[in-house]
Amino acid sequence: MSFLQYLINGISIGAVYAIIALGYTMVYGIAKMLNFAHGDVIMVGAYISFSATNYLGVPAVLSIFIAMAVCTILGIIIEGLAYKPLRGTSSLAVLITAIGVSYFLQNAAQLIWGATPKNFTSIVTSAPISLFGGQLTITGEVIITIVASAVIMLALHFFTTKTKIGKAMRAVSEDRDAAQLMGINVNRTISTTFAIGSALAAIAGVLLCSTVPTLQPTTGSMPGIRAFTAAVFGGIGSIPGAMLGGILLGVIETFSKAYLSSQFSDAIVFLVLIIVLLVKPAGLLGKQVQEKV
Amino acid sequence: MRIKNDRKTQLTNFLTYALVIVAFVILQYMSEGKMLTKSMQGYLIPICVYIVLAVSLNLVVGISGELSLGHAGFMGVGAFTGVIIAGIFRDTIDNEILRLALSMVCGGVLAGVAGFVVGIPVLRLRGDYLAIVTLAFGEILKNIFGNLYVGKDINGIQFAFSSEAIKLAEGGKMILKGPMGAAGIKKIATFPVAFVLILITLFVVLNLINSKEGRAIKAIRDNRIAAESVGINVTAFKLKAFVTSAFLAGMAGALFALNYSSVNASQFNFNTSINILVFVVLGGMGNILGSIISTTVLYLVPELLRELQDYRMIIYAIVLIVVMLVTWSPKVKQMIQVVQVRIKDLFKKKDKKGGSVNG
Repeated sequence: MSFLQYLINGISIGAVYAIIALGYTMVYGIAKMLNFAHGDVIMVGAYISFSATNYLGVPAVLSIFIAMAVCTILGIIIEGLAYKPLRGTSSLAVLITAIGVSYFLQNAAQLIWGATPKNFTSIVTSAPISLFGGQLTITGEVIITIVASAVIMLALHFFTTKTKIGKAMRAVSEDRDAAQLMGINVNRTISTTFAIGSALAAIAGVLLCSTVPTLQPTTGSMPGIRAFTAAVFGGIGSIPGAMLGGILLGVIETFSKAYLSSQFSDAIVFLVLIIVLLVKPAGLLGKQVQEKV
Repeated sequence: MRIKNDRKTQLTNFLTYALVIVAFVILQYMSEGKMLTKSMQGYLIPICVYIVLAVSLNLVVGISGELSLGHAGFMGVGAFTGVIIAGIFRDTIDNEILRLALSMVCGGVLAGVAGFVVGIPVLRLRGDYLAIVTLAFGEILKNIFGNLYVGKDINGIQFAFSSEAIKLAEGGKMILKGPMGAAGIKKIATFPVAFVLILITLFVVLNLINSKEGRAIKAIRDNRIAAESVGINVTAFKLKAFVTSAFLAGMAGALFALNYSSVNASQFNFNTSINILVFVVLGGMGNILGSIISTTVLYLVPELLRELQDYRMIIYAIVLIVVMLVTWSPKVKQMIQVVQVRIKDLFKKKDKKGGSVNG
């Protein structure tokens, strides 16, 4: 029974990673850049939700939407000010700029909210469900997280395959020049991608802090790196890949903590990643691109 | 053309050495004459360490063209090896310089071995995948030495991954305490040794870049398939650059650790790797002199802004973004070109006027 418990907890953590990884993977797919500031957008989202509920007395559910709105605007501003001028130049230059943005967000958050950790009150109020005579407990957070990630996944899938903007996004990530020739506004499409990714980051931030209630300026960086790993694991640029990668990463992490060694769980997770990449160099669901001479 | 290029590189290399030596002589003179403030004195060795790290990372990122995000891992391997070696020989080798040198060499060798083990699988991958795997290896290395316990007593040295597994005899001492790291390290790092390490690094890296191997490595960076087709063993040459870089990072790490009274694993995390990468990119890819200058400046900027307290890292972040935008953005480059052309035109007009008067 403890196996099932670990599995459920693992999927729950993995679902949060998956939502963050979606942001990484979409931005990478379309703009071919590693957006290292994404983890910090999560942190900002969590702080906005925290401030809305604690200082303004907004109901928890509404605070998520406020956080999403703020993060969407933040994502568009970051993209327009810091990334857009560098489009088409070295990807390393954009990477360093992203790191600069990450430092900026962390330190701005520290100025505004202080360095001392805040105690994030969970947005879920329902009591945990007890099954099999108390052997298996599923908290409300776990259910909400899993449901939310499933809904987001489906919505994104629908969005990218059925709507006009979604199709434009796929076209731009396939071949930017050809898409531009077909009359797609590449800049606006990339901005939209950043907006969606940042809104997802806000949801991830609230869900993450509902499960792990300490909120501080560096809250986003470690889950950010984990989710980035998850995106690569599943094949960066692929939306189902990010979902699969995130959930697998969460499950592997929980299992290695439970059964193998808690102190080496980090090493085990990264070792699995390396092995997967050596066997499948483009990740689990990534496309293997043949290099042309 | 060829000879001209060679002369130019020779001049740049000469300038690099000259700058480092002159800077050392001035700083050493000032520090002996007590002209430096106490905090400036404290920055000397860390700056040297980061210069070595940046130059060695530049070998991988700039020359070999592989984005590595795990450089701090090799630094950590060197640091912890150095601390252990220095701890073991604390009573047997009295000469501090000798002990420091031995620790640094051991740190370098072990980091080089780690680089070799990491490099074999990693260098098969390309682009961003390589970046993420180096990140992963950096975290694995950090995780391993963050859980390493080392104790020393009269019977010998004990290694373990938990504190209970080490049973020390009377008078025994713990050198490394897992996540707590090492404490009570005797500070034996000195500025002249750090200077010598920079010279060694420059000698190794500059000679490698301008050798037959270096040209092969650069050829791989510019076009892997073309290089392969003329018979260059891609993996072997990449591995050579990677291991050299790891070795130098290990030596720098040992020097770094022996400059403080305590170190722990979290100091060698992803953020440290990123910081070193920032030094390299802002200094210019493949530009060794640039790495040295940018490391010095970027290390000092946050330290000198300390008076601004909470605002200093925000300012640092903004400086970073603005510098990247100014140096890389095509629009800004265009603007600079336009201004340059205008200034040239201005001078040309003046010349013409001067000519007419004479004629």
